[in-house]
Amino acid sequence: MQAIARQDDSADNMRAARSERANLGRARPMRDAFGEALLDLCRANPRVVVLDGDLGNSTKADLVRQAFPGRFFNLGIAESNLVGVGAGLASCGFIPFIVSFSSFLLCNAYDQIRLAIALSNLNVKVVGSHGGITLGKDGPTQMGIEDLALVGGLPTFVILVPSDPVSMHKAVQAAAAHTGPVFLRSSRMALPPIYRQDACPFEIGRANVVRQGHDVAIIACGIMVAAALEAADELAGEGIQARVLDMHTIRPMDRAAIVAAARETGAIVTAEEHLLHGGMGANIARVVAESYPVPMRFVGLADTYVESGDPGALLVKYHLTSRDIARAVREALQAKGGGEG
Amino acid sequence: MPDTTWEIKATMRTPIGTAELQALTERARSLRLDILDMTTRAGSGHPSSSFSATEIVTALYFGGILRYRPAEPDWPERDRFIMSKGHAAPLLYAALADAGYFDRTELLRLREVDSPVQGHPIQGMMPGVEATTGSLGQGLSVGLGHVLGGRLNGLSYRVYVLLGDGECQAGQIWEAAMAAAHFRADNLVAIIDYNKYQETGPISREMALEPLVDKWQSFGWHVEEVDGHDLGALIETLRGLQQVRGAPSVLIAHTVKGKGVSFVEADYTFHGRALTPEQAARAREEILCKQ
Repeated sequence: MQAIARQDDSADNMRAARSERANLGRARPMRDAFGEALLDLCRANPRVVVLDGDLGNSTKADLVRQAFPGRFFNLGIAESNLVGVGAGLASCGFIPFIVSFSSFLLCNAYDQIRLAIALSNLNVKVVGSHGGITLGKDGPTQMGIEDLALVGGLPTFVILVPSDPVSMHKAVQAAAAHTGPVFLRSSRMALPPIYRQDACPFEIGRANVVRQGHDVAIIACGIMVAAALEAADELAGEGIQARVLDMHTIRPMDRAAIVAAARETGAIVTAEEHLLHGGMGANIARVVAESYPVPMRFVGLADTYVESGDPGALLVKYHLTSRDIARAVREALQAKGGGEG
Repeated sequence: MPDTTWEIKATMRTPIGTAELQALTERARSLRLDILDMTTRAGSGHPSSSFSATEIVTALYFGGILRYRPAEPDWPERDRFIMSKGHAAPLLYAALADAGYFDRTELLRLREVDSPVQGHPIQGMMPGVEATTGSLGQGLSVGLGHVLGGRLNGLSYRVYVLLGDGECQAGQIWEAAMAAAHFRADNLVAIIDYNKYQETGPISREMALEPLVDKWQSFGWHVEEVDGHDLGALIETLRGLQQVRGAPSVLIAHTVKGKGVSFVEADYTFHGRALTPEQAARAREEILCKQ
């Protein structure tokens, strides 16, 4: 495993772990990392074209517009047509990246994505930017809190949720290398690096263990991976060693890693910036229930919409912080202990 | 006024010969019989929506409009035909089989388990099917994607999209119409099978489309109208549209729902309903007798 794996022994190591992550570099907005990755991809692969729903400046797809204007199409504020045009381009042998806000693409053009891409099994990449709640102040009309559940209803789609700028770069490359429909979630939030630049394994369908541990497993995706590592540091101070998995691929799901986590730790907490209904945790629970039942707890949005506000304040209010993960871990461990007793 | 210019060059229109017209009429008759057999055997489907567009599809595939290679369905330079009104799948399948894309025996497996001949067309399941359609409103956008892809590939094929009239109630059609004019997609031709009925009744009663010509013109399209059952007129008009520059074209084809079978023409409730074997026998007689 190339990822940073640590075996903390005491609370003293918590600060060391934090500082090790800090040494990886500054936090950077995921959308910036996405735009740069897309531009790199366009440089390397002339078959890649980019379709924008008039949000290229927000999603950072605009970087391609400047460098390769002939391969960039703004279809305007018309997501249904945007998706259909992408399907036509894919049928001509191109690799379209359709980029807009996650909520607008999946909620406006769901049926178009269903027929023209998913059912047709075309080589189209749908990039849902501003996924989750951390776009913050623009409020719930723009937030993609249900995107993973929606794309989950499209059986041929691979679903990728990278967790830091380095893995975003890898995810864009992996999406292009995979032949078939891919959904990639991007976000506005600045995220700290989790992986070293040269040491991020990104294999579709294979979760990364970013922290070793045998007491409990925290399985997270997207922005919640960094929060899970923070929680693990906090728990280490209590003598709890948490394994942390970066579940960057929601489909196909890494069943082996989930079963190993259940078998080897005996308790699982999932964490996602998404509705609990139909999200990553629900799908992990299915694997656990089928294969190796252990106590589970779920961090995510209960059945609720979120509101406008500072992203950090929203994460606190809607219980998506490292503290919430740590609390869920303690509950899961209590259930695990109770089961044993 | 949109900043598009369309000039119709003086065309060297070869008049369609009587013998050719006669042969095409027989093609259309044969397609109608196939549609009848397929849907009655399946016990479901949309025969009347297929009948109304039979001459349009005959003109495209057999009247020298589309360039295609059945043995090489993905030939990059082929003209594209997208059946956006996917419920006319029986017509599409019958034409593709007749054109040689696959064996005619496949037609009789329409809507059966383990058959690629799905109730509505699925791209990738049958050769020659260019788009997955059936949820209405989607085909024109896919056609525009083919136009843009052709430009990037340096190819000059043409893209034809058959729309239902009721389908033009869908917002995506007008998104695509706006975008196609914006991109000056002059190798894109939409054909509207204007049979004046949608599933639940007359269009004018359920959700009026008129003034349809004005709507398309205001979106920057070149508009023509034609009798959608006059093969000679269809072919001549479609040839003429190949000369339009600077704007996409729409051909509003006035048709009769259920065309060719009197009791289907007279009853719009045949929209989503196959004929019974007894009705089909009567329909067959009528189709065979029509000159």
